[in-house]
Amino acid sequence: MNPLTKLRELRIAERTGDAWERVPLLARGGLAMVLLALLIYLPFLNILPFAHIRTDLGDGGAGWSGVLFIVAIYVIIAMGLNIVVGFAGLLDLGYVGFFAIGAYSVALFGSPNSPVVEMIQNKYDLSEDWAVAWVACLPIAVVLTVVSGVILGAPTLRLRGDYLAIVTMGFGEIVRITAKNSEWTGGAQGITNVPHPPPHGAQPQNDFFNVLDIYRWYWLALACLILLVFLVTRLQHSRVGRAWLAIREDEDAAAIMGVPAFKFKLWAFAMGAALGGISGALFASRQGFVNPDSFTLQISFLFVAMVVIGGSGNLVGVAVGAILLTYMPERLRTVEFLESWAINPVEWRTFVFGLLLVVIMVNRPQGLVPSRRRARELADRKKEAEVLNV
Amino acid sequence: MDFDALFNSLGEHTVNGLSRGAVYALVALGYTLVYGVLRLINFAHSEVFMVGTWTVMGIYTWLGVTQQSSAGLIAVGLLLALLAAAIASAAVALTVERVAYRPLRRKNAPPLIFLITAIGCSLILSETFGQVLPWFFEESPWATTNDSPFGRALQNIEQPIDSAVLFTIGGTEIRNIQFILIVSALVMMVALDVFVNKTRAGRGVRAVAQDPDTAALMGVNKDRVIMLIFVLGGAMAGVAAFLYELRYGFTKFDIGFQIGVSAFTAAVLGGIGNLRGALVGGLLLGVVEVYSSILWESKWADLVAFVVLVLVLMFRPTGLLGESLGKARV
Repeated sequence: MNPLTKLRELRIAERTGDAWERVPLLARGGLAMVLLALLIYLPFLNILPFAHIRTDLGDGGAGWSGVLFIVAIYVIIAMGLNIVVGFAGLLDLGYVGFFAIGAYSVALFGSPNSPVVEMIQNKYDLSEDWAVAWVACLPIAVVLTVVSGVILGAPTLRLRGDYLAIVTMGFGEIVRITAKNSEWTGGAQGITNVPHPPPHGAQPQNDFFNVLDIYRWYWLALACLILLVFLVTRLQHSRVGRAWLAIREDEDAAAIMGVPAFKFKLWAFAMGAALGGISGALFASRQGFVNPDSFTLQISFLFVAMVVIGGSGNLVGVAVGAILLTYMPERLRTVEFLESWAINPVEWRTFVFGLLLVVIMVNRPQGLVPSRRRARELADRKKEAEVLNV
Repeated sequence: MDFDALFNSLGEHTVNGLSRGAVYALVALGYTLVYGVLRLINFAHSEVFMVGTWTVMGIYTWLGVTQQSSAGLIAVGLLLALLAAAIASAAVALTVERVAYRPLRRKNAPPLIFLITAIGCSLILSETFGQVLPWFFEESPWATTNDSPFGRALQNIEQPIDSAVLFTIGGTEIRNIQFILIVSALVMMVALDVFVNKTRAGRGVRAVAQDPDTAALMGVNKDRVIMLIFVLGGAMAGVAAFLYELRYGFTKFDIGFQIGVSAFTAAVLGGIGNLRGALVGGLLLGVVEVYSSILWESKWADLVAFVVLVLVLMFRPTGLLGESLGKARV
């Protein structure tokens, strides 16, 4: 074989490490189309036996489209956190802070009865129902989260890994406690009347994205998700992505080779924060209100669990993690066996996450659907340990 | 900023802060010991403390100790609660080490994997008291009652010693419970310091902290030293839980979180890995927390530890006394 071709193949195998790259381009496109069509069709799935995956078949099940929407949102979050944890190897325990800032930016600027909007109304003599349009709120959310990511990262990213984790955890709590105790964020009650995305009808219930047709919200989240998957994979395979990889594997070696570690770590924080902000904004608009209770530290641990259980560093892996950890509790809610034992899976999920975290970290630290490169890294360390422990 | 309220009774607030800091110092010891030897933040340590508080409650309920009980019963109850809390906490800490950390050490896992596992352990422990036990006692097929003390609500615990003014120094009243807390913390500290510096086992701890591989070559059993530090740290957290319940008299499934953050901050403030640093950091942080809850509204009190932590890490990451369990002189 021509050595150049061989080199190219090696490179490709290294890049994604799976068979997907070897499938012909046309077939790949076709498969992607079929998958996309399936995802769009998913809210209306009613063909048995496939419909068993729906969450609303038994009594007390959650609305299926609502669950799909939340799953899509959480996959976006897992992708954002994966940039920080999986690519750059920085443990962020306060990621919920960015999610909260995204949600609160839409609420604070878009809702006509938020204290911030009321202040602007009074200052410029605007009408009672003036507020920033949803389309403008989204960029505001992204900008604010990126800025807060940089503000958090700039002083703390020089810290060692485990210290960084604790400090970011503090950041998450600071955001929540500030939102809860300040008057300009609506305090513990939070803010209502968060705007819907356009197109708008004459009445709120005539909006295209209204409170009844939730499948449309799912489509919106899905569209954002697909766009972001595209952007993140491009980023992963760019110079920035390679720099993150180098930093994760050996920061000192990367620095010696001329990778400005601090700069790229800050980039990772900012990019991850932006994704958290987008999903937070979607979450707030769908819910119609925000309050500090949605942004507790437990949610932050849930995000970390999604990434590391799925397989940090691998987009498919973290998506699997997010789907598993958000969808399964809802699906199990209607299982009769659990009902007869008076077990509510949604209430038990934190316990199960804890169990899963320990079991997976001890037995399969690379996660369920690992990135090959990460798995090899861990296997190497294990080999070194075997030499040491003889 | 309410300076008048602070300076009008500065002495009371200081003593109050010191007694609060005494608990932090004892919990901080657990972080510092494990960090000094393993370079690992034992995130599950706060839950070890939480188990201690529930044990204290269990003993009081079992013996029926209340403030009205006879002096003999109270004395027995206190002693038993102290012992049981120390043993239960040490057992939990040891279990976490054996089940979770040891397999990871065998694989030479990166520090972040340890931290994530520790978070998992911490979730398991707190949810056991918040979700699993109440389910088991109240709703499961084996349920025996519909009113178990466990669950997500705050649970009050009997305080057998009535708070009273013990003596007054220069116009500052010192209450009996505050006195007990501060003195016990100091005694435990001195005992631990002597143990690490003067005994054979303590020398092993220092050796492993300094250089694990060389210590192993010199005949120190590394695994036993590691088990020992988890037991010691756990027992200290149990004692802290007992003292905490003398003073505050309540517990909750997630009580460990706030205490854990404050204690960890105390350990970093004093210099993580440094035993005496834990005492200094704990007492200092307790005072700072009380002062700032007077100066600002108390709803911001939960943030103080985080803010102190960030400031210390930014400006003096080795803490006030420096990281030093590994050095020859502790």
